[in-house]
Amino acid sequence: MSERLQTLLEGAFPDAKGVEVVDRTGGGDHFHVTVVSGRFSGLSLVDQHRLVYDALAEPLEDGTIHELRITTRGDA
Amino acid sequence: MSELRDRIQQTIETEPVVAFIKGTHEQCMCGNSERALQSLRAVGASFTAVDVLPDPAIRQELSALSSWPTIPQVFVGGELVGGADIVQELAMNGELEAKLNEKLGDSWRNGGEERTVAVTERENPFRLAR
Repeated sequence: MSERLQTLLEGAFPDAKGVEVVDRTGGGDHFHVTVVSGRFSGLSLVDQHRLVYDALAEPLEDGTIHELRITTRGDA
Repeated sequence: MSELRDRIQQTIETEPVVAFIKGTHEQCMCGNSERALQSLRAVGASFTAVDVLPDPAIRQELSALSSWPTIPQVFVGGELVGGADIVQELAMNGELEAKLNEKLGDSWRNGGEERTVAVTERENPFRLAR
């Protein structure tokens, strides 16, 4: 399941300097994702996280992701 | 707009600091919700909690209003400040206090009072009987 999230994030952030997906419990439904991308520059944290939520809308909607932690960083 | 959505909107607009969580301020049912509350406590903010568990519709209507898919959600002066990760980060780097000051002046340092209000008459089906 981590691979699916990784693929979705890399697709949404093709410029990303780093995309990391950690399955926090090994159960395939509690994740911590980290994205480092220039797209975050100048955005509020709320808007940064919204971009990540948008990228993961499908697994969020279908219940695959039970819990999601997000870390975002601009690449500057 | 549904009656429930109206009540949620009204709660967001009228409560200076409101956290939509799983559980109550006394009996929090989710680690992320707890992190958000602890972050508010860390800066000494008074807050109002709303339990989303009594009715799945609360969460649906809230997310439709806020364009934010997950719980918890913390609002200050009517503005979405973030979920657990953001609120925790802002509490640690001092920006949460800055946001509270900007939106609410001094009034948020109201003795760290906490309460939970309902937006529906339904009981939380998961709450333990006392």
